[in-house]
Amino acid sequence: MPLLVPNRHRGKLIVVEGIDGSGKSTQLSLLSQWLRSQRIAVAFSEWNSSPLVRETTRRAKKKSMFTPVTFSLIHATDFADRLERYILPLLKAGAVVCADRYAYTAFARDVVRGVSRRWVRNLYKFSVRPNLAFYFRVPLEVAIGRILGGRNAIKYYEAGMDLELSRNIEESFRIFQGRILEEYEAMIQEVGFHVIDATGSIEDQQQEMRRIVMEELGASLRNGVLRASQGDIDAAQAAVGIL
Amino acid sequence: MLRKQPLESYSEPLVNVDEQALLGKLIVIEGPDSVGRSTQVARLRTWLEHQGHAVLDTGLARGALAGKGISRAKKGNTLGPLTMTLFYATDFADRLENEIIPALRAGFVVLTDRYIFSLMARAIARSEDRAWIERVASFALVPHAIYYLRADVKDLLTRVVLGRGAFDYWESGMDMRFGADMHDSFVKYQTRVIRALDRMAKRYNFVVLDATKTPDQIFKELQRSIGKLF
Repeated sequence: MPLLVPNRHRGKLIVVEGIDGSGKSTQLSLLSQWLRSQRIAVAFSEWNSSPLVRETTRRAKKKSMFTPVTFSLIHATDFADRLERYILPLLKAGAVVCADRYAYTAFARDVVRGVSRRWVRNLYKFSVRPNLAFYFRVPLEVAIGRILGGRNAIKYYEAGMDLELSRNIEESFRIFQGRILEEYEAMIQEVGFHVIDATGSIEDQQQEMRRIVMEELGASLRNGVLRASQGDIDAAQAAVGIL
Repeated sequence: MLRKQPLESYSEPLVNVDEQALLGKLIVIEGPDSVGRSTQVARLRTWLEHQGHAVLDTGLARGALAGKGISRAKKGNTLGPLTMTLFYATDFADRLENEIIPALRAGFVVLTDRYIFSLMARAIARSEDRAWIERVASFALVPHAIYYLRADVKDLLTRVVLGRGAFDYWESGMDMRFGADMHDSFVKYQTRVIRALDRMAKRYNFVVLDATKTPDQIFKELQRSIGKLF
């Protein structure tokens, strides 16, 4: 079964994956700024962000209405909306789309929740295959240290409390993220992750990311993707300002 | 064809569900839009209750989790075909796990106005991959009986004219603009839906009923067949 649909568009899709606290969002944000500084038209896409589905997910989370299957399906619905409405048209336009989490998040998390690996992989079969997928590898304790140090409120579903792994939310979070980590590790070959050592310094990780981006996509970034003139950039910023 | 053996899923067993403990009967009424399904479901419910069976009736997009979200999304102008398919699949899974299965566990007769088949037919009519949507929906329980009220698109047209007297945006597949106007789009879209359902008939053991017969005749056929399940 072929995994995901090849990207036949002019634009490129770069995704980052990893457990909470792996630092992937920071790195993606630095990467997109760097690409923008070269006048490449970059767009950003986050997991779980479709306005069409948001209200349903929010309400169901608040009332703990999810089962493993409905949790998986509503996230796939959210993802489909982002893909149909946002990611695909942008790739057609020639943009470099940077996605913070992608279908692989579901491959890891939904399987830990109890749906089968085969079923969730089929569910996301309509997704465009990323041109580059980075996996930020970090030991569980390091990630947990970063999370618990930063914000103290871990949310019910983020901690996998619905799985009844432990009645202590921190302990549940630990077990849940540990299992997700195992799923990520097990899919590295299958999905072709570029593994980044996320225990290194922020600067080193960013250097490594940029090196891989240039190596893999350098030619299309120089010639192929949508690029902005200084005039375009000024006009776009002015338009956003008016809005 | 009717099944008497205990219920099981098509191929993807649900987490935390003991299929052996499902004592009730699962009966599906399928068919395209405005073919007369809900009339039959209502009559069957009364009849089954008179016989002493507890009945739960349910239908597409009525679930607590996603029902409202689907109607909201359908009022906007951005709902894409994949998103719609998966939204309906979410609603179906929610109703299966939180309404249908608990009722079956309690020994109810569950009468469902459409099941995964309409959901899959609509997806296929919108050119989505048949194998993909079949696998997505494979957590569904195999019903004891599936009645397919079959009609041709010209019969549906008559019912639209005589019934509501107007075409519905979604029933006409206008999100995909199958034709220049609502009539043309309706004809093309419903033809595709019917074709997709026809192709499922053998594979999923549908009992095919001619929906152009009178409601009384159809009801009698349903009674006769459902009677054999008990």
